[in-house]
Amino acid sequence: MPIAPDSNPKFNEYAHPDALVSTEWLAANLGSEGLVVVESDEDVLLYEVGHIPGAVKIDWHLDLNDPITRDYVDGAAFKALMERSGISRDTTIVIYGDKSNWWAAYALWVFKLFGHDDVRLLDGGREKWIAEGREITRDGAAVAPSEYPLVIRDDSKIRAFRDDVLAHFGNPLIDVRSPQEYSGERTHMPDYPDEGALRGGHNPSAASVPWAKAAGELGVFRSRAELEEIYLNGAGLKAGDNVIAYCRIGERSSHTWFVLNYLLGFSGVRNYDGSWTEWGSLVGVPIAKGTEPGLAPSPR
Amino acid sequence: MLQSLEDLIDDFNSIGVKDRLTLLLEYSDNLPELPPKYSDHPDLLERVEECQSPIYLFVEVDGSSKVNLFFSAPAEAPTTRGFASILHEALDGKTAEEVLAVDEDFANRIGLAEAVSPLRMRGMRAMLHRIKRQVREKSST
Repeated sequence: MPIAPDSNPKFNEYAHPDALVSTEWLAANLGSEGLVVVESDEDVLLYEVGHIPGAVKIDWHLDLNDPITRDYVDGAAFKALMERSGISRDTTIVIYGDKSNWWAAYALWVFKLFGHDDVRLLDGGREKWIAEGREITRDGAAVAPSEYPLVIRDDSKIRAFRDDVLAHFGNPLIDVRSPQEYSGERTHMPDYPDEGALRGGHNPSAASVPWAKAAGELGVFRSRAELEEIYLNGAGLKAGDNVIAYCRIGERSSHTWFVLNYLLGFSGVRNYDGSWTEWGSLVGVPIAKGTEPGLAPSPR
Repeated sequence: MLQSLEDLIDDFNSIGVKDRLTLLLEYSDNLPELPPKYSDHPDLLERVEECQSPIYLFVEVDGSSKVNLFFSAPAEAPTTRGFASILHEALDGKTAEEVLAVDEDFANRIGLAEAVSPLRMRGMRAMLHRIKRQVREKSST
């Protein structure tokens, strides 16, 4: 049984209000049967430092990425992950994490590749929960046994591959990296390790909207009006657009994918997880340098 | 290889993968604070660019070639703090010669790659590399 959504008026203005819960809602619903809270952070040890009581940890490197192939885990590994996290197919999952839910949104996107129905983000994530002085603990979570079906990952709807991007030219692309990465001044985030791309720049015609613009103070999502200002007026998206978002390895763009899909109601938004580490090293694909988007090449 | 490092490698490898993360957390919790001479002068510290989270380090080599290490990393970056604390535990107070002789492969032998993912270990290798470079610079004068 899904748990009743958060009726917080802030969320009502979004296209899918039930994709978010507030810290108040979560505090009131902690321990409810059928609810599993998941923490997903950039830092693999942050959960151990202290987490929401009862929350389980899912790490993007260790749990969501395949250890050998550059890809996500397969259905069998996802089933095992769900079962060791106490999650069944009908469980309501609330994911939260550090850095304005950047990695939480990435985890949510992977959960959606496997079609898990009821996955929500905690608005404001870890930062807001802690800033409000709510309880955290170092105690491990008691995981109730669960059974999860073997689901084949569906990459066709919300995931874009490089050939999809080549065929997409002429439709909107959103580059969510930093301005320096977009212009080609650098190939990785300021303050972050260089994960490697042979060329700096962006996909021709992509609009630059750094992902964190969607988050305000304490990492909460901006209001619908503010988001429309950023993505519709600022980046020129129009209702009905078919959008692909990308970043460096697909994590920051998961956050933007969440915003466009659940908060602004665009359908068919895809996340290109190969992103700049792939595109910036691919032989023979067009790129653009500098601060201007540049013209879209012919799709191929 | 240094005995202090060998002991540390043994400690990590003698326990299961989950416990290695707990041990890393202990190191993270116990990273010594920066003394005021550095916390008041952040410009003296060197940034370790290869780490995902901001970490700064400073190396002192005294007249008898004893090495002292200082690190600064935020509480929100416990993995990075843990790596720094491990290096502090193993290398602080050793001679320049001993520090320079540390095997670059040390980060691969500590058994943490399984617990934190191999990609994340890059930060620890980078810290060791920068420590050695500073030791070389500061011992040659």
